[in-house]
Amino acid sequence: MGEELKVIVFKLGEEEYGIEVDKVQTIERMMPITRVPKTYSFVKGVINLRGVVIPVIDLRGRFGLPETEYTDQTRIIIVAVNEMEVGFIVDSANDVMDLNSDVIDSPPDVVGGIKAKYLHGVARISEERLLVMLNLSEVLNRSEIIQLESLED
Amino acid sequence: MDMNQYLSMFIDESNDHLQSLNENMLELEKAPDDIGIVQIIFRSAHTLKGMAATMGFEDLSSLTHQMENVLDLVRNEKLKMQDYIFDTLFKSLDALQMMVQDIMNGGDGKADVQSIVTSLQAIVRGEIPGGADSAASSQAAPAAKTASTGIQLDEFQYSVLEQSITEGHKVLYIEVAIREDCQLKAARAYLVFDLLERYGEVVKSHPSVQEIEQEKFERSFSLYYITQKDAAELQSMIVNLSEIESAQVMPLDHETLNQLSSGVQEAAAAGTAEAPATAAAAAPSDVKPEAPQTAAKAEAKTGARANGGAAPSRTIRVDIERLDVLMNLLSELLIDRSRLEQLAHEIKRSDLTETVEHMSRVGSDLQNIVLKLRMVPIDTVFSRFPRMVRDVAKSLDKKIDLVILGAETELDRTVIDEIGDPLVHLLRNAVDHGIEPTAQRIAAGKPETGTVQLRAFHSGNHVFIEIEDDGGGIDRDKILNKALKNGIVTQSEAATMSDEQVYMLLFAAGFSTAEVISDISGRGVGLDVVRSKIESLSGVVSVTSTLGKGTKFSVQLPLTLSIISAMLIKVGSEKYAIPLSSIVETGIIQRNQIRSVHGYTMVPYRDAHIPLMSLANLFEVADFDENAEEETEIVVIRKGERLAALTIEDFIGQSEIVIKNLGKYLPQVQGVAGATILGDGQVALIVDPNAFIK
Repeated sequence: MGEELKVIVFKLGEEEYGIEVDKVQTIERMMPITRVPKTYSFVKGVINLRGVVIPVIDLRGRFGLPETEYTDQTRIIIVAVNEMEVGFIVDSANDVMDLNSDVIDSPPDVVGGIKAKYLHGVARISEERLLVMLNLSEVLNRSEIIQLESLED
Repeated sequence: MDMNQYLSMFIDESNDHLQSLNENMLELEKAPDDIGIVQIIFRSAHTLKGMAATMGFEDLSSLTHQMENVLDLVRNEKLKMQDYIFDTLFKSLDALQMMVQDIMNGGDGKADVQSIVTSLQAIVRGEIPGGADSAASSQAAPAAKTASTGIQLDEFQYSVLEQSITEGHKVLYIEVAIREDCQLKAARAYLVFDLLERYGEVVKSHPSVQEIEQEKFERSFSLYYITQKDAAELQSMIVNLSEIESAQVMPLDHETLNQLSSGVQEAAAAGTAEAPATAAAAAPSDVKPEAPQTAAKAEAKTGARANGGAAPSRTIRVDIERLDVLMNLLSELLIDRSRLEQLAHEIKRSDLTETVEHMSRVGSDLQNIVLKLRMVPIDTVFSRFPRMVRDVAKSLDKKIDLVILGAETELDRTVIDEIGDPLVHLLRNAVDHGIEPTAQRIAAGKPETGTVQLRAFHSGNHVFIEIEDDGGGIDRDKILNKALKNGIVTQSEAATMSDEQVYMLLFAAGFSTAEVISDISGRGVGLDVVRSKIESLSGVVSVTSTLGKGTKFSVQLPLTLSIISAMLIKVGSEKYAIPLSSIVETGIIQRNQIRSVHGYTMVPYRDAHIPLMSLANLFEVADFDENAEEETEIVVIRKGERLAALTIEDFIGQSEIVIKNLGKYLPQVQGVAGATILGDGQVALIVDPNAFIK
C-alpha cells in the first residue's frame, strides 16, 4: 500500500484535477480582481486576500484552454508553493478526496507536448472517473512560461 | 544563571565596542601621540574584556587582555605607538570581530589566536620587529607592571568615591604597614579601622575586612576612605597607634582616583549597558554615577547629580523584528482607517465623522513615530568603511583620505541592512581602480594622497549616496574595447553610445577593467551584483567620470520601503496610486495645448515644453480614451531634474498608502512599483513614474 493523500478536486471544463490539500491555503469565491498591465495574458491580476496582495491566474489560460465567463461556480484556489502564493481561477471546486498513491499512474504517453509537464500523474478513481494530479511547481514555473510566451510570439 | 537573555545585549555591545575601537585606532593612527585616544581605546578594550569574561567567552577575553597589556604600556607612555603595533592591534580587532561574529551565529566564540597573542606578548616584552624603541620599552614593561597597583573598586564603590569628591568631601587612599614584630596584626588593624570609622567612612579595603580580621594579610593593607579630616592629621593619628610602622595617606581627586582604580569606569559602563564608554572617557573629570544602584544614594546626598555631567542614556535597544511586527500591525490599521473614513463619509453622521477624523489624526501621528523608529543614521553603515579603506589602501600601497559627509542622514532600517555590501564594493572599486598608484599621481601633478569622498544626503523622498574619487577617471575607449572583446556590445552599437552608456557597461555581468586581477577586486563579484542589489531596493545607480580628474558613483535609494503618501487617481474603471514624492503638480490642459515635437507629444509647462504621456496608453487601459476629451487632467511628474506629464481621467484624492509587493510570482512590471489596498478593500497598483522618464 502506498501513502494516503488528501486532494482538493476541481474542474476545468469536463476534466477533473487534483491538488494535494497541504498545498492549498483556502478556496475563495470570485472577487474583484485588479488588472496588472503588461503581464502574461493568463494572469488576471491581483486580489486582496485579507490584507495580502496575491496574483491570480486563470488556469484555463495557463493550460491553453479557451477561457470562459466566470459563473457562480467559479472559485479561486489559493496555493502556496516555493514561497509563492498564487490564486488559480477554476470552473468549480467542491470536493475533497482521499487517495492512495498506488492509484496514481504516471501521465499516459498520449498526453504529449508542453502540457505533460504540468501533470504529476493520473489517478483512477473508478472506471469512468479519472483525476489529473497537477505538478504545481511546474505550473508555476516562470522560466518555462517565458519560453512558452516567446513560442507564441 | 541563564546567560542567553544577556547574549543579544552582549553581542550588540561588543559590536559597538569593536566599532569604537576600530574608529579610535584609526584616529590614533593619525595622531599616534594622543594619549587621550589611547585611554579611550583602553577603556573600550577593558569593558569588552570584562563583558566577555562574564559571559564565559574565554578566548575573547584573553585576547582583549593581551591587547590591554600593550595599550596599558602606551597610555603610561612606556611604549610608543608605531606601525607594527597598529597592524598587530588591528589584526587583534579582526580576530575579535570574527569571534563575536561566531557567537552571533550561535558558535562559542573560540578561535585560534595564538600567533596574535604571541605578537602582542612580544610587543609587551619590547620585541618589536624593526622597532627603534624596543630597548626603552623592554625596560619599561616590568616597571609598568609593578606600578599599577591600587585596589579594584566595583562600579558602586567607584561612583560613591566620585560623588564624594564632587561634593567636596576628602577622599583618601591610605596604605598602612604594621610593624614586623607585631603579635596581634588583626587587633592592630582593628584599631586602625576603629579610628578611621570614627572620623569618616571606609569604602573599600584590601584585603577585605574579613580577611584582615582573620589575619589573612601580610604586613600592610590599603583602603579608600571618605572623611572631612585633613590627610596629615589622619596620618599622625594612625602612626600614633602602637605597633604601626607607617601610614601613607594620599588625597585623591577625580584623576588620581581614576588612575588608581584603573578600569573601574569601564566596568561601570558595562553595567549600565548603554553608557557609551567614549563619552565617559572624553570627560573623565565630571563623570557622574551612572549605575542605577547609586541613584538613591546620590539623590539622598545632594542634588549635584542634576547639574550637568554625562546624562544617563535615554535610548533603548529594540529587536528589529518587533519593529517589523509593529509596522505590519500599523499597515493593517491604516487600511482599516481608510475603510472607516470611507464608511463615515457614506453614513454622514457627525459624531461618527468626528471620531473617525480624530482617529485619523492619531493614526498619522502613530505612523510618523513608527516610521521614525525605523530610521537609522547611515553612519551605522559608513562607520565600518574607514577601517576597510585603510586596509585596502595599505595593501595597495596607496595613500588615501576617506572623507565622509552626511553620516547623520537617516534611512529606513530595511534599506540600511541591505546597502552595506554594494557600498563596500563601490568603495573598493574607487580605491583599487579609481585612485592611481602614488607615483602616477605625482607624475600627473596631483597631491600624493588620493581622496575618496563618501556622501549621503536627502532629496525629496530619496536618499542619495555618492562615492567620488579624484583618481584617474574612466577611460571610455578602454571600456569599449573590452566590451567589444567580450561581446557585450557590437561595433555598431559602440559607435552610437553616449559616455554615460559606456560607463554603465561597467555594471554588465563579468566585466572588469582591472588589467591585473588584484586581491581586492578579483573576487568574482562584479559591479553587476552591485547594480542588481541596488535595483532590488528600488534604487538606481549611475556613474559620471572625467578622464584624469576622477569618477563619481551615485546611488539613489527610496527613504522607506513601506508607507508613502500618494495621489489616488482614476483611469477608466481602474484606480492607481502615484507617489506624492514624484509629483510636482497637478493640473488641467486643453486639447489644443498639446503639441507634437519631433514625433513626441509635448505640453507647455511653465517656460518649457515637457513630454506628455497617457497613462491609459502606457497601461493599456481598455475603457478610457482621453482623445475624446476636450480637457484632460494631468499629473506633472519628476525624475531628478527631468519632468513629464501623465494624462489621467480623474483625481480621487491624497492618501497614505501601505506598499505591498505583487507577490513573488509576477515578474517586474515596468511602471508599477507595487500595490496597495484601498479603503474599499480593492487593490490599486502603485505607479512608478520613474520608469516613464528615460
